[in-house]
Amino acid sequence: MCQWTPQFSKSRLPYLVTSLLLSLIFLSIVLADSRPAAALPLHAVKLHPIPAFARKYGLPCSACHLGWPMLSPFGQAFKDNGYQLGNDRDAPIYQDPGYWPVTFRITPIWHRESQNLTAVDQGAGEAKVTTDGFDWSGLDFHTGGTLAKNISFYVLPSSDSTGAFHFESVWARLDNLLGSSWINIKLGKFELDNLLSEKRILTLTNVAGVYANYHFQPLISPASIKTSPASPLVAENYVFGIGDNQVGLEWMGHSKDDRTRVSASLLTGNDGNPNFSSNNGAGGQLTGRGYDGFFAASQAFEAGSFGLQRVGGFAYIGQQPTYPQYTVGGAPIDGTAIGNKPFYRAGFIGQWYLKQFDITTMYFRGWDSTYLGSNTPANQPLPTGAQAPAWNGGLFETHFTPNPRLVLINRYELIRMATQVFATNPSNFGNMDVLTFGYRYYPFISSRAGFAFHNEYAIQWQKDASPVTGSNLATSSLLVGFDFAF
Amino acid sequence: MPTLMKISVRICLALLVVSFLPALTGAQKVETHVGKWTGNADAGKALYFRYCWGCHGFRGDGAGENAPYLNIEPRNFVAATFKCRSTPTGTLPTDQDIFNTIERGLDNSNMPSWVTLTDQNRADLVAFIKTFSPRWLMEKAGDPIKVPPEPKLTVESIQRGQQLFQKLECWKCHGQQGRGDGPSASTLTDNNDQPIRPYNFAAGSRFKCGTTNEDVYKIFNTGLDGTPMPSFADVVKPDEAWDLVHYLRTLQVTHKSPELALWQSTKDGAALIAATKSSGTPTGSGVR
Repeated sequence: MCQWTPQFSKSRLPYLVTSLLLSLIFLSIVLADSRPAAALPLHAVKLHPIPAFARKYGLPCSACHLGWPMLSPFGQAFKDNGYQLGNDRDAPIYQDPGYWPVTFRITPIWHRESQNLTAVDQGAGEAKVTTDGFDWSGLDFHTGGTLAKNISFYVLPSSDSTGAFHFESVWARLDNLLGSSWINIKLGKFELDNLLSEKRILTLTNVAGVYANYHFQPLISPASIKTSPASPLVAENYVFGIGDNQVGLEWMGHSKDDRTRVSASLLTGNDGNPNFSSNNGAGGQLTGRGYDGFFAASQAFEAGSFGLQRVGGFAYIGQQPTYPQYTVGGAPIDGTAIGNKPFYRAGFIGQWYLKQFDITTMYFRGWDSTYLGSNTPANQPLPTGAQAPAWNGGLFETHFTPNPRLVLINRYELIRMATQVFATNPSNFGNMDVLTFGYRYYPFISSRAGFAFHNEYAIQWQKDASPVTGSNLATSSLLVGFDFAF
Repeated sequence: MPTLMKISVRICLALLVVSFLPALTGAQKVETHVGKWTGNADAGKALYFRYCWGCHGFRGDGAGENAPYLNIEPRNFVAATFKCRSTPTGTLPTDQDIFNTIERGLDNSNMPSWVTLTDQNRADLVAFIKTFSPRWLMEKAGDPIKVPPEPKLTVESIQRGQQLFQKLECWKCHGQQGRGDGPSASTLTDNNDQPIRPYNFAAGSRFKCGTTNEDVYKIFNTGLDGTPMPSFADVVKPDEAWDLVHYLRTLQVTHKSPELALWQSTKDGAALIAATKSSGTPTGSGVR
């Protein structure tokens, strides 16, 4: 399994030694610095590399992934074509009966989490909390492929690290309807057709395992301007992330060579949760009868010897209810809340390939209605001075891939508030910066399984966002792990 | 040193050199020219070891880790025998031929279309593929065969093609209805002694080496080297070849074409098409 070309074999040892040395250095530094403290939450990371497809077609994982799980243009085309190569071997009837299109993925890790101001019972109510230790991620149980030619599916039961499962993806898709690659219909819970896929993100830490821009929601008021008694930081009630999988119906079309891609989705506005509920059925957020829309389009073009470049845009136009129509026992009945108020997220993305570098740039814009921004039910008057919050974001991510077995990662995200919900808030209240460095080393490339030695450090700063005193918040995460899929 | 030992050492050294030949040739500055694109072998090497080695192998010998699981073996670039060519049988293909194959993929095999790569990428891959075999150093690609303009489609042309299908005994492998089930079909093997199935016209899949009538014309004039499909260039005149193209199109009963429509409009043709058509399959492979 650990085969490679003679040319690459020569360079394998230095990479391995370098990786191990770097890890040991990281470990020795952080172990010397860290102190035991209360455990910080570990987010379940949902990623999608699928050796089941590599096994089916006999292609190495590097064919579809620049470095798994991030897709290459060829992998994107394969996905857009309904997990089909179009070579008459797509229908499952051509597979060995013993073939089962399933892939497990999990990542045992060592990680260190630190936050400069965490809410605690002791002292002034906030303290720097740092903790570290061995751990593991959640388990992803990918199964997907084709039911027949031009009918594809994907089911992903996914657990957190305690083994509590939910469905991250459940969909079937009619591909190439009427013989046209421009008509593909998907129904179920799926990842939005984001050009920059959060499900194929290369980073794993709690800080950088998701894109900050995709999940940012403005804070309402800083704790520091509250009078006595001190109130906790106030955030918006509704929860939405454009990086979250959503439930609905998607039309997607693409040119044969996948240079042009367009899609539009009609979605239930509850952030991809079942039973008209929020928070995976646990409730906690009002859900109504509203539908949201997501639209995306992109165009790739060739730039001489540099290869393909791609630019695109996206927009999510949504609405959220603000008060319940019916309650039972005082609790809102799921899916019946009313008083919908709008919000949107939109942006432009460029993916630039320069030989062994690939660079992603994104401009992001978010806006919430004044009612959502101030947590005000639509049947009540708005607070004095309230206004619709808006913000701008940016992302700059670079990958250096000297060969398919090594990818160096760097990402910088920033979010700047353009309009605070209350003009009395500091203009930079809630502004965020996230910086990430890391690398993934793949000791072997195979069509049977994937293994990556992952090393990453990420730090996030947010202005005036500490939970009690409203001071600047700094959260960092360091992770070393064996990321494998089989 | 005893003579036997000397000989053994020399043999070992020779084997060593031979086994590293592809790597040595890979170091050469091979360039290809496809249209306006100049392919570079060094750039192609990086692409090859990202996309291709799983089937075609580290040394291009078709012995990749997945090769044992493929029921049509991956191309052995060291042998430099290529099915899809515009050049006469036995000769090397042009750079454009390999380029087209990479872009198109090969139906009824595991070779996908690499249309999503750029033209430059494919030209680079062609250059690197040519480093695997010394044949490219010793021989030039054959001259592409000349394809005369396609004559007007007529029922008579289809009927003449039908007679040629019998005369040339195409049916022995492809079957009377073109289903790939002729009396010889089960005995066929390729150059690697692997069983190989004749093309099933009725299944509706694309021809292995292209989709146009011109591609079909080329297929039986160049043959598919490495397979039992011979070249008929010496026994079929150009006009006859076009007649055969027109008839073969009518055997693709699930593939809409002017030839099929015209053939359907005749009493005999309609009866033959009805007999050839079958119900759908769970593969969704085009049969409707």
